[in-house]
Amino acid sequence: MNRASFTDLLFKCIVIAVASAVIILSAIYFYFLITGSALTLQDGFSFVLTSTWNTISNVYGVYPELWGSLVTSAIALCIGVPISIGVAVFLSEISTGAIRSAFSFLVEMLAAVPSVVYGLWGLFVFSPFLDAYIYPSIERYVGYLPLFSCPANFSPCSFAPVSVLTAGIILAIMIIPIVSAISRDALLAVPSSQREAAYALGATKSEAINMSVMSYARSGIIAAIFLGFARAFGETMAVVMLIGNAFVVSSSLFGPGYTLASLIANEFSEASSPANLSALIEAGLVLLAVSFTASFLGRFMIRRFIRGREASSYA
Amino acid sequence: MRPRRFIYDRLYFAFTFAAVAIAVVPLVAILGDVAYKGFAAINVDFFTKLPPPPCFLGSKCAPGGMGDAIQGTLLLVAQSSAIGIPIGIVSGIYVTQYGERNWYGSSIRFLGDVLAGIPSIVTGVLVYELVVIPLHGYSVIAGSVALGSIMIPIVSNTSAEALSAVPNSLREASHALGVRNWRIALLMVRVAKRSIATACLLAIARITGETAPLLLSAGISELWYAGQGHPIASLTYYIFYYATSPYNNWKTLAWGSALILIVIVMGINLAVRVATRTKKFYS
Repeated sequence: MNRASFTDLLFKCIVIAVASAVIILSAIYFYFLITGSALTLQDGFSFVLTSTWNTISNVYGVYPELWGSLVTSAIALCIGVPISIGVAVFLSEISTGAIRSAFSFLVEMLAAVPSVVYGLWGLFVFSPFLDAYIYPSIERYVGYLPLFSCPANFSPCSFAPVSVLTAGIILAIMIIPIVSAISRDALLAVPSSQREAAYALGATKSEAINMSVMSYARSGIIAAIFLGFARAFGETMAVVMLIGNAFVVSSSLFGPGYTLASLIANEFSEASSPANLSALIEAGLVLLAVSFTASFLGRFMIRRFIRGREASSYA
Repeated sequence: MRPRRFIYDRLYFAFTFAAVAIAVVPLVAILGDVAYKGFAAINVDFFTKLPPPPCFLGSKCAPGGMGDAIQGTLLLVAQSSAIGIPIGIVSGIYVTQYGERNWYGSSIRFLGDVLAGIPSIVTGVLVYELVVIPLHGYSVIAGSVALGSIMIPIVSNTSAEALSAVPNSLREASHALGVRNWRIALLMVRVAKRSIATACLLAIARITGETAPLLLSAGISELWYAGQGHPIASLTYYIFYYATSPYNNWKTLAWGSALILIVIVMGINLAVRVATRTKKFYS
């Protein structure tokens, strides 16, 4: 082997070794979170079905937190997904030129706002606004539903600045950029023959979108929802500041709650025993497993169904 | 065209426009509130002094600022970029230069996308286990490792994207001239340097706003930088810490820190936007 091809080989080996960082990193996440939580992992599924978090008797379960994470993510998706799809349709089907690029930029900027700033703004501006103007009317008209009942039993109902619903609404705003960007990419990847076929049948623009564009882009939009869920499920700072951090499963969305991510953020620095630390790492493992799965499925569907340009990779 | 279908069409457009308005209003509100409330906290002390003690009602308030947090954020971002950017770019080189068509390259790309979607607090948990526990406490180095490992998949994928946008004809021309593979790889980096720089800047903007991993890695301190093994303050941690405190002077400083943070992050994003619009990378 001559010198030049040796240099080539050496360079290739170095590049491969460094590039393996991404693969190794993924493996490290699972390996160390599993080994780090060995103490509590041996109890199996009772961890996600128990509602006790007792650092003295060392009984740990994250049922309320898992529930809280799922409920806040569900609220975020219920509010955020229709808005995101509307945004995606506007950006890909309706607007053109300068309007399209200006609004694309503005929506993308929502993703650039740090999550702790969402928390700050939510706590001091948005939550007081909701408590004063929005929640009282929700409670008045649909308060007979347990979901929207008053958290405390007195009248007139007073709303705390922190609640599951407030956290969910902030999360809805936070997932709009990623869900709308990926849905937009899915819509833009629809070949124009699909639209033309619908127009040829006499469809109006909205009928063409509903009939042929949406059905073609459906998998991409579902992928976007998966990624939005992963984002909402693992979001920490905005939620820890807005959800109230109470170890309860409250029936009302106006009440406080807890999520896996905010549990980790609050409790980690006070971990008092190996079992406590192991339980917190296991909470991280649950968070990792759920969001990794959602992110994996979302990315897989994008790979599979959105051809052509790569979907925007900002998270 | 029957009127009902026509009206439905209009309503449909109105809905999409309303969706855009709903998405943009929070952005405008956040930027406006942060600018308005944050501006009140900004003065020379804010950049040069250490945080003040809490100010109780009626007592005299000592002046103070977020100097240590600004220092800490800059240091953490610089150190984590030193970890994340080289590894990310080299990984991007592999993906485009050697792994374009093999399973290893495409799984690096795919896992990079998946990793970008996992919560950053999980990175904090990992770093706590691997760095904080062995070093017996929060430290600058732990914070840098946490932010750096968040950067790796982001930079890897965006620089791979930048590199694969280089026209193949350049690559083929180099091969035809008998240029060695490794020199071609570096040549492609040089051709795509503008968009790689853009990718790195966006990754820097992203980690500047990270808070959750810092809770479990860099910790917080009310002093200036004291060495790699000591905890360090950061703007984001201070926003969280002060916003949830009961003291008004601390809350004001939280808004001020949010303003500085937004100016950095939005500034990078706007600059990148303007730079990519005015000049085509390859023409």
